[in-house]
Amino acid sequence: MSLRELYQEMIVDHGRQPRNFGKLQNANHCQTGHNPLCGDKLILYVIVHNGIVEDLRFEGMGCAISVASASLMTEVVKGKSVNEIEELFSRFHFLVTEGKEPTVILGKLAAFSGVAEFPVRVKCATLAWHTLKAALLNEIKTVSTE
Amino acid sequence: MLVKKDMQELDFSALKQDFPILTQQNRNKPLVYLDSASSAQKPRQVIEAMSHFYLQDYANIHRGIYELSELATDLYENTRQVIKNLIHAPKADEIIFVSGTTEGINLVANSFGRANWQAEDEVIISHMEHHSNIVPWLLLQKEIGIKVKVIPITDEGAMDLNVYPTLFTPRTKLVALNHASNILGTINPIKEMIAIAHAHNVPVLIDGAQAVPHMPVDVQDLDCDFYVFSGHKLYGPTGTGVLYGKKHLLEAMPPYQSGGGMIETVSFEEVTFAKVPQKFEAGTPNIAGVIGLGAAAAYVQSQGIENIFRHEQALLQYAEEKLLQIPGLRLIGTAKPKLGVLSFVMDHLHPHDIGTVLDHEGIAIRAGHHCAMPLMERFNVPATLRASLGLYNHQQDIDVLVEAIYLAKRFLG
Repeated sequence: MSLRELYQEMIVDHGRQPRNFGKLQNANHCQTGHNPLCGDKLILYVIVHNGIVEDLRFEGMGCAISVASASLMTEVVKGKSVNEIEELFSRFHFLVTEGKEPTVILGKLAAFSGVAEFPVRVKCATLAWHTLKAALLNEIKTVSTE
Repeated sequence: MLVKKDMQELDFSALKQDFPILTQQNRNKPLVYLDSASSAQKPRQVIEAMSHFYLQDYANIHRGIYELSELATDLYENTRQVIKNLIHAPKADEIIFVSGTTEGINLVANSFGRANWQAEDEVIISHMEHHSNIVPWLLLQKEIGIKVKVIPITDEGAMDLNVYPTLFTPRTKLVALNHASNILGTINPIKEMIAIAHAHNVPVLIDGAQAVPHMPVDVQDLDCDFYVFSGHKLYGPTGTGVLYGKKHLLEAMPPYQSGGGMIETVSFEEVTFAKVPQKFEAGTPNIAGVIGLGAAAAYVQSQGIENIFRHEQALLQYAEEKLLQIPGLRLIGTAKPKLGVLSFVMDHLHPHDIGTVLDHEGIAIRAGHHCAMPLMERFNVPATLRASLGLYNHQQDIDVLVEAIYLAKRFLG
């Protein structure tokens, strides 16, 4: 296992220059994610309409893995439905814990395949996803009570 | 009489052989162990003392009237003597065995604190305490309404001695301070601080977890009322530790836990407790661990704690010079005197990413908040990297560390 397999160019690039970084005006969901053991913090702003994530941005600080994961997540989930995102997260989670890509191709997210070799870094790679899930859970609740 | 090994160099080829684990590999690279402030590696002498006890001498202590039990009791009680000598306690029965620094502080909080304190009473701690010397007092704050006052620290990482004397009031019941900081490395002027507390008739507890393995400690010279440390940082086994307390204080304190071994007589109407130290050692204790702790303390004494201190000071100076040459590196904790603890952050790079690169190069180093979140906040960093020295480290370890930090910079930068 080489370090480059963990810190692939894509991860270093997104870690240094995260996309969709900053506040999002008109967000109808705002969720904070915190990894107290690492000190990583993340605020996610999401616009959801009719079960579709139309736009999302994030702010925060953390290690290259957690920032890159948040950045790539925002790119990948934009325009997807809440259900599709949940499915994507479970595949991503499988990838970063098992190290193998599940049957469906994860595209850019495959860059995180090296994380599985470093179990202590799994929580870095999944912080943004857990935060998004919490934000959307909120959405499902809102939807279901209406 | 032990021959004093003062003013001698440590013998490294012999030392390395004492620590078999250090000849192993970490991620297929020679292991460079720089995490002794978290827990120290164990010399063969400690491991063998424990395995010998289990293989040949094992029995419960203070109970059997047979030879094995007497032998086990002697071995266990011998550690009390060794520890008494190590920290220069007046009497061996002022040495209480606990599971570690954490339990020692909890014992004082829950026995001494609960028995003597009321709402509005005050405890003084500092901003550079480990969580184990913060949380027990916060629990009493919540439960009985005591107040916890905090000595601020300077930007260099020293106690603010201008503020400290102003914190005392007639309600101050205890000062609880670390002897040396687990993150900053600062050796605090506790002798002076204890004298100030005593001038206010306030007893002092010292958390010596970082100090005892690395520098001479004399509890009589310090005149501290309680002194606590862990065995596993002193090259001894996990689950061992020591609470030293002045005898008149220990005698006046109620038991902390109860059960067998800590009583004199029991009827269903009345219990009388055993004398100190047994009063605080309820149940069958960590016998093998305490025997291992005795072997560890004897090992440190055979190397000479002065020699260890001098060796680590020289290495600290070397490491500081090397690290500060790395562009973008900032040391957290520059107050002097300090122990061999080097906390640092790098511009634009997160400690965990660097930690992973270092791990890959065989270097065991801590990255995180080191159980001192208030201190991290004080220095406005979410986490630091921390390299900490033990008696088995030498310049080559620092060279490997420095090379690996440059590698991390190239790789992640």
